[in-house]
Amino acid sequence: MEFQDGIDASADYEDRLIVPSTDVSEHLVVVGNGMAGCRAVEELLARDAGRYRVTIFGAEPHVNYNRIMLSPVLAGEKTFDEIVINSREWYDENDIDLITADPVTAIDRAAKTVTSKSGRKVHYDRLLIATGSDPFIIPVPGKDLPGVISFRDMKDVDTMLAAAEAGKADGASEAAASAVVIGGGLLGLEAAHGLTLRGMKVTVIHLMPTLMERQLDEAAGYLLKTALEGRGQTILTGADTAEIYGQDKVEGVRLKDGREIPARLVVMAVGIRPSVALAREAGLEVGRGIKVDDHMVTSDPAVLAVGECVEHDGNVYGLVAPLWDMCRSLADGLTDRHTGYKGSVTSTKLKVAGLDVFSAGDFSGGEGCEDIVLRDAARGVYKRVVVKEDKVVGAVLYGDTADGGWYFDLLKKGEDVSEIRDLLIFGQAFAAGGAGLDPKAAVAALPADAEICGCNGVSKGQVVASIEGGACNLDAVRATCKASASCGSCTGLVETLLALTLGEEVQNGPKTLCKCTSFTHDDVRREIVAQGMKSIPEVMQQLHWSTPDGCSSCRPALNYYLLCALPGEYVDDQASRFVNERMHANIQKDGTYSVVPRMWGGLTNPKELRAIADVVEKFNAPMVKVTGGQRLDIFGIRKEDLPAVWADLNAAGMVSGHAYGKSLRTVKTCVGSEWCRFGTQDSTGLGVQIERMTWGSWMPHKFKIAVSGCPRNCAEATIKDFGVVCVDSGYELHVGGNGGIHVRATDLLCKVATEQEAMEVCAAFIQLYREEARYLERTAPWIERVGLDYVKGKLLESHGAPADAIATYAARFHFSQSFSQEDPWAERASGERADLHQHLEPIAIAAE
Amino acid sequence: MTQWIEIGILTDIPLRGARTVQIEGQKEIAVFRTGDGEVFALVNECPHKKGPLSQGIVHGHSVACPLHNWNIALRTGEAQGEDKGCTPTIAVKLEGDRVLLALPERVEEAA
Ligand code: SRM
Ligand SMILES: Cc1cc2nc3c(=O)[nH]c(=O)nc-3n(C[C@H](O)[C@H](O)[C@H](O)COP(=O)(O)OP(=O)(O)OC[C@H]3O[C@@H](n4cnc5c(N)ncnc54)[C@H](O)[C@@H]3O)c2cc1C
Ligand code: SF4
Ligand code: FES
Repeated sequence: MEFQDGIDASADYEDRLIVPSTDVSEHLVVVGNGMAGCRAVEELLARDAGRYRVTIFGAEPHVNYNRIMLSPVLAGEKTFDEIVINSREWYDENDIDLITADPVTAIDRAAKTVTSKSGRKVHYDRLLIATGSDPFIIPVPGKDLPGVISFRDMKDVDTMLAAAEAGKADGASEAAASAVVIGGGLLGLEAAHGLTLRGMKVTVIHLMPTLMERQLDEAAGYLLKTALEGRGQTILTGADTAEIYGQDKVEGVRLKDGREIPARLVVMAVGIRPSVALAREAGLEVGRGIKVDDHMVTSDPAVLAVGECVEHDGNVYGLVAPLWDMCRSLADGLTDRHTGYKGSVTSTKLKVAGLDVFSAGDFSGGEGCEDIVLRDAARGVYKRVVVKEDKVVGAVLYGDTADGGWYFDLLKKGEDVSEIRDLLIFGQAFAAGGAGLDPKAAVAALPADAEICGCNGVSKGQVVASIEGGACNLDAVRATCKASASCGSCTGLVETLLALTLGEEVQNGPKTLCKCTSFTHDDVRREIVAQGMKSIPEVMQQLHWSTPDGCSSCRPALNYYLLCALPGEYVDDQASRFVNERMHANIQKDGTYSVVPRMWGGLTNPKELRAIADVVEKFNAPMVKVTGGQRLDIFGIRKEDLPAVWADLNAAGMVSGHAYGKSLRTVKTCVGSEWCRFGTQDSTGLGVQIERMTWGSWMPHKFKIAVSGCPRNCAEATIKDFGVVCVDSGYELHVGGNGGIHVRATDLLCKVATEQEAMEVCAAFIQLYREEARYLERTAPWIERVGLDYVKGKLLESHGAPADAIATYAARFHFSQSFSQEDPWAERASGERADLHQHLEPIAIAAE
Repeated sequence: MTQWIEIGILTDIPLRGARTVQIEGQKEIAVFRTGDGEVFALVNECPHKKGPLSQGIVHGHSVACPLHNWNIALRTGEAQGEDKGCTPTIAVKLEGDRVLLALPERVEEAA
């Protein structure tokens, strides 16, 4: 082979020819510093570190990084440093010669040398080709214009980020802030998602009638399309690209039907081809990929190949999971172990925040296939499992992918599912019954070689080994064996393994709801909705509670979860309420109660004050106190007197202040623009409106709100669950504050211009909290657990939420409020549930 | 001879709940009705700090005190788990629907 690009291969470079010395170790040269190449070397080092001396050539200028995480890098969720798999130190520590930014251009099999673009010539004993894939570029006019890229490596991500940045420049036209993604598959949609988050206006052009048609069926593809459109993307399906136009750089894309879409950037993500040019020129046997046997050996016994560039048994792969299997058998082969690669079954997940999509196997239906389908329109869930001859052969999950791994496992193992067929679609927790009902037992039952982390190819055995080796929490596990360090979807599994391996010692494992069940809060909430359960006994029955009627921990939680899931439908179970919520007053140490009537936004008037004064005198209340929540508390009322006290307060127009409830407590306000010389908005008025909107709602824990009229913040809005700080230009909306045991200042959620918007965001945030937090988890720990970004991603369009997310959540809140804004005091004052307030009267005496 | 007093019918007591009975010269009594339809009676005072047990959450044959969540066995009045203490029990029986309470001894003595 000639050296290319005029680079001279004279003596200078000849000197670098590395010839094996008498050294025992053979020289292994790897072409391709990517995921498979490096992984193969890792596997090899793990088996026999001294056996080979290793040199790696990489075309890219980087160390080995996790290619699949380019999507999160583009989306701004990760930095490049965070996705590096093997740092410089790793190469150094293992004496690996890494040559970056210098692709290999020729292989001389007779002389056993490779030559690089810069002219380096290196001798090998064994050669490993791991060149991955080349993006496929559709042959349309304009494909070579600057601004047309693919999505394969860090350089492409950099180009996209630069385009997004340029699009933001002042005065940039709409076209300048627009991008077209050709291809609506996994890669294309992840590119489109990232670009959207980076502020570009994105159009996806897809040839087929539905998105991701190779992974999803029509129904799921449709749901996905709707969701993406909701996030502001334009999705053109059944659209064929005619040309990419532009003078000396991209200006837009023209479709065959004549439509034109202006854009400064075109990302082609229409598919990949195994990168085989080098191997073909070296005369190796090549089909669709470089042909290899079960130990990844090519037609030349000295040359191996691994990764996306190979063809094994007629198959080529475009996902990482198969690569890990290949690397294991390759390393086994190189160290004289004879296991051999047997091919892989693959599954896919889309890495777009907030969109859960999973698919595996065959879902095209056909002879002898039966479909089991579950649709839950309200939750946006679609599940389809395809069963053939009592075996799972395919699964498509949209909206709730928690059971993806389980279906995939059933599929890979070809297990007979006839016994659980009826329940299959409800997922593992429900269908597996017995031991499988316990999610922990299910994980415990997994074999050691079961894959836990698909991104990094880590098996259960490896995770357990790293825990036993001292990794006692999630971060330590991530650091030592990389499980859960990438996309994070296996975090739950890793936590369960931590709990199983360390027993009680574990700090952050998933906690079960209480001792009566092996399910976690999240499991229970999910099942209640998924199975449409309607009562506490039903939940206990279906989820195999180990006690007849629960305990004082789970009963209030279940009561709340059902109430939240079934507004207007669920009949509250008073016997499952903590005394304060049952008595609608706060129990005191002496068994009497305190009564706090609502004072909207902290405002009151002579009539209310007079009524309170009268009650205090009439019932001999020993104390009245101004509370920390800007209202009055009447102490020392006996349970028998409560209804009469309430009747008197009702008569003056006052209702329950819910000072006792896991519910909205108070809305504190300051004087605001009406009186205060610094006030920017009517904080008092807004506070009253917010309290009128939110009172009476049941929540996972108590919920406090405050509205301050300016950043001096006299209402202490930044330590409230929801706080509004008024400023000249509008309203800053804060969330997740807590003034209690652990003081936590709020996080800024967003800023809005009008009162109306502030109210809607408030309603939406409360509803999200109501639907997702665990019982007795206040907003502060909840947000610490799920992250502010998660909340933003659920609510804010700018963070990937559907444009109508706020409206949708708020509407659900208002709907639920339409059933809960009835004064519980009025009900009791009218005589209802008198049994809770009166003693039993001995009515006769019988002697025996 | 035990004095029995009738205090009402079973459904006067809320399911998984309790009612109180006041008898002159006596501590208040809490009468519980469990999920499986049994009836128990205890002095309405938690062995911890005298919390009114009648206001607790009834689960199985136990009640969780409303003040600090001790769990008290309804049959024996014993605090369960780590907690130590005991609340006096009062004999109670069902005759058909009617709930009968054994008159506490001190009342008998006083009588
Ligand atoms: C009455 C009041 C004190 C007062 O006289 O000012 C009060 C009284 C109680 N607070 Fe409070 N809190 C009161 C304002 C507050 C505030 C101030 C505020 O709301 O601005 C806080 C800090 C802010 C916060 O919650 O973030 C506060 C933080 C707590 C906490 C700690 C919460 C936390 O998340 O860490 C508890 C304990 C709990 O909820 O588990 C608590 C619990 C209690 C309980 C319910 C204790 C109990 O379980 O019996 C007290 C009931 C007394 C009673 O019988 O009425 N109280 N409590 C205030 C009633 C406000 C109202 O009008 O409704
Ligand atoms: C944006 C994106 C998202 C993805 N998401 C997922 C996902 O969620 N799940 C999943 O399973 N898979 C995903 N994939 C696919 C996954 O990244 C690949 O399957 C995997 O990287 C293939 O590994 P490989 O080592 O075969 O190829 P690569 O990782 O591409 O490594 C090949 C390396 O060889 C270098 N090279 C090529 N030719 C030469 C040469 N002549 N000399 C020297 N070096 C050379 C290349 O520059 C490259 O660095 C994604 C891919 C991309 C691009
Ligand atoms: S701080 Fe709150 S909980 Fe503590 S004693 Fe005062 S009122 Fe009670
Ligand atoms: S008084 Fe009953 S637990 Fe403290």
